[in-house]
Amino acid sequence: MSALLPPGTPAPDFQLPVSPNEKITLSELRGNPVILAFYPADWSPVCGDQLALYNEIHSEFEAHGAKLFGISVDGAYCHVAYAENRKFQFPLLADFEPKGAVSKAYGAYFEPAGFSDRALYVIDKDGIIRWSYLSPIGVNPGAEGILEALEALPK
Amino acid sequence: MSKLKTPVSDKDHSQGNPEAPVTLVEYGDYECPHCAAAHLVVQQLQAHFGEKLRFVFRNFPMSRLHRYAEAAAQTAEFAASHGKFWPMHDLLLENQPRLSRSVLEELAQGLDLDTAELATALDKYTFERRVHGDFTGGVRSGVNGTPTFFLNGERYDGIKDYQSLAAAIETLAQSTL
Repeated sequence: MSALLPPGTPAPDFQLPVSPNEKITLSELRGNPVILAFYPADWSPVCGDQLALYNEIHSEFEAHGAKLFGISVDGAYCHVAYAENRKFQFPLLADFEPKGAVSKAYGAYFEPAGFSDRALYVIDKDGIIRWSYLSPIGVNPGAEGILEALEALPK
Repeated sequence: MSKLKTPVSDKDHSQGNPEAPVTLVEYGDYECPHCAAAHLVVQQLQAHFGEKLRFVFRNFPMSRLHRYAEAAAQTAEFAASHGKFWPMHDLLLENQPRLSRSVLEELAQGLDLDTAELATALDKYTFERRVHGDFTGGVRSGVNGTPTFFLNGERYDGIKDYQSLAAAIETLAQSTL
């Protein structure tokens, strides 16, 4: 199993589809903290779902000026259907082609199954990783680690 | 292991012996089917452990998933302000599949509560702050969905069925003798 990138590491830049027609580049988000939530797959069960929780507390992330992105190896059209169904207020990025390349760059790819690990990153406004956390695939990590990391960022 | 950041206090809705060796805290959503299932499990646990178990319920409405979760939580708090939290709590979970604004008023009426007063409280979000306070405390404590249980302040990550929870409670009750 690969290891996550530790705090202090510059976040590897990437460009990924945020919708079927648009791409987003990490380095263009400088100036705001970024939360990356790698997760195994769209369409996991509802109530215990990690992304559903983040959707409920999205305003708390916004209060820190932070932008949250979910990342999985599902394709952009799958993400559109999933986000519409769950009414997500934050974008999902498709680490689809080449498959899992960004997840691998962040040490968050689970080779045996061919999908992303359940990994969290908080990146500061200058593009430096400040916090990372790998959760067992079956355990929803919640949000308190993200919120603590955001609070610890220099203003 | 996530820990409860908001200690149990007299502001909480609590059932059972305040001196019990084990306190079970549930963060729940009245419209979540897993919470309706957990309701039966909690009742069984209370029947089995009696004086050894205190139960505390806190609101964690997933209001973007569940249309009436927030209103249901505020209705429970409205009932609490009239000393009827637990009867309303039970009714909300028992009536989960049919929850709606009119059903909330019907349940209040069934408990001899003033439905006009409830309607005003819901329209003015009188109990929103209380519900939101539970919710944000839960987020800080590592609540990651509903229901989330804490046993003596530690998040319980095991299977949420009677046998698994009973075994965990039994172990704690023994260790605190």
